[in-house]
Amino acid sequence: MANPAENEPVRMMTPEQARSRRARNLALCLTIGGLVVLFYAVTLVKLGMRIGSM
Amino acid sequence: MSYASENADVPGATARISVAEPRDFFALLKPRVMSLVVLTALAGLLIAPGHLHPLLGFTALLAISIGAGASGALNMWYDADIDARMTRTRTRPVPAGRITPGEALAFGLTLSGFSVVTLGIVANWLAAFLLAFTIFFYAVIYTMWLKRWTPQNIVIGGAAGALPPVVAYAAATGTMAIEPWVLFAIIFIWTPPHFWALALVKSAEYARVGVPMMPNAKGPDRTRTEILVYSILLAPIGVAPWLMGFASLVYGVVSIIGGVAMIAFAVNVYRVRSAEHGDKAAMKLFGVSILYLFALFGLIVVERLIPFVMRLIW
Repeated sequence: MANPAENEPVRMMTPEQARSRRARNLALCLTIGGLVVLFYAVTLVKLGMRIGSM
Repeated sequence: MSYASENADVPGATARISVAEPRDFFALLKPRVMSLVVLTALAGLLIAPGHLHPLLGFTALLAISIGAGASGALNMWYDADIDARMTRTRTRPVPAGRITPGEALAFGLTLSGFSVVTLGIVANWLAAFLLAFTIFFYAVIYTMWLKRWTPQNIVIGGAAGALPPVVAYAAATGTMAIEPWVLFAIIFIWTPPHFWALALVKSAEYARVGVPMMPNAKGPDRTRTEILVYSILLAPIGVAPWLMGFASLVYGVVSIIGGVAMIAFAVNVYRVRSAEHGDKAAMKLFGVSILYLFALFGLIVVERLIPFVMRLIW
């Protein structure tokens, strides 16, 4: 059975679309990276508080 | 919600590929409103008793700000049809076609969930519940219901904008107290004269898009009277943090001067009703009201931050 997606035209991005997608990806990458660092630091602080109160 | 702009003008195979920039998504968060939320929530955080680790305080503040921004994104998703027809809002990302309604909705819902869960984990679930309630109140009660239904929309809806100090206090303590509710009252009573001053000037636009703001629903005269009444109510409430002992004498003096200025400018709006000078008087009150709120909450923040920073330095 043929895959219907094979019959769809290839989507070509305009330079503007490509540039904006790259900018979105970069912003998302930086945001997620920042959140990883933040949550890691928060975990350390909360663990430290637990240990301190034991 | 009838507005749609899914890149419909882009032909053929390139349709539906987003051209949204990161700054468009940032604009969805209503950054100017967020700056006020950061300030008022920080005041709520700093008046809380006890010691909160600065990193936890920062993260709680971030979650509250993002929650407020998320409700702004949901507001822009729902109100895109109105925004497209008003000069003040037609360049917003959704009506301008830079972000699709679907993207705005997904962005708002994702950030809402993320901010509430983050605040629950980092601080406590009372604060998370209050933040969820704030988002719900702004996005559903105000945006979807009150805004297009009653001229009291911004009076009742103002509760959402007034809640951040209460959320922040709950994040720091896990409990409630009278002090954050005093800050709530200041913002709540400040909201009608602030927004109605702008609505007096933009009255025709609100009427054209069918939003029943006080000036176009009840008339400019009634609006001017209510602006004056709310300004008179605001002045003593603004002084309350000093009278109740959680703000300094400097705050007390500034809040008295600010309260008198608010009343004076509201009296000016009440008296000057000509088409030529009435708008100027209203815009002056609008500007003074922003200055008033930033001065009061800025002072509370600075007074609490100075000793904290001094402790860190020495």
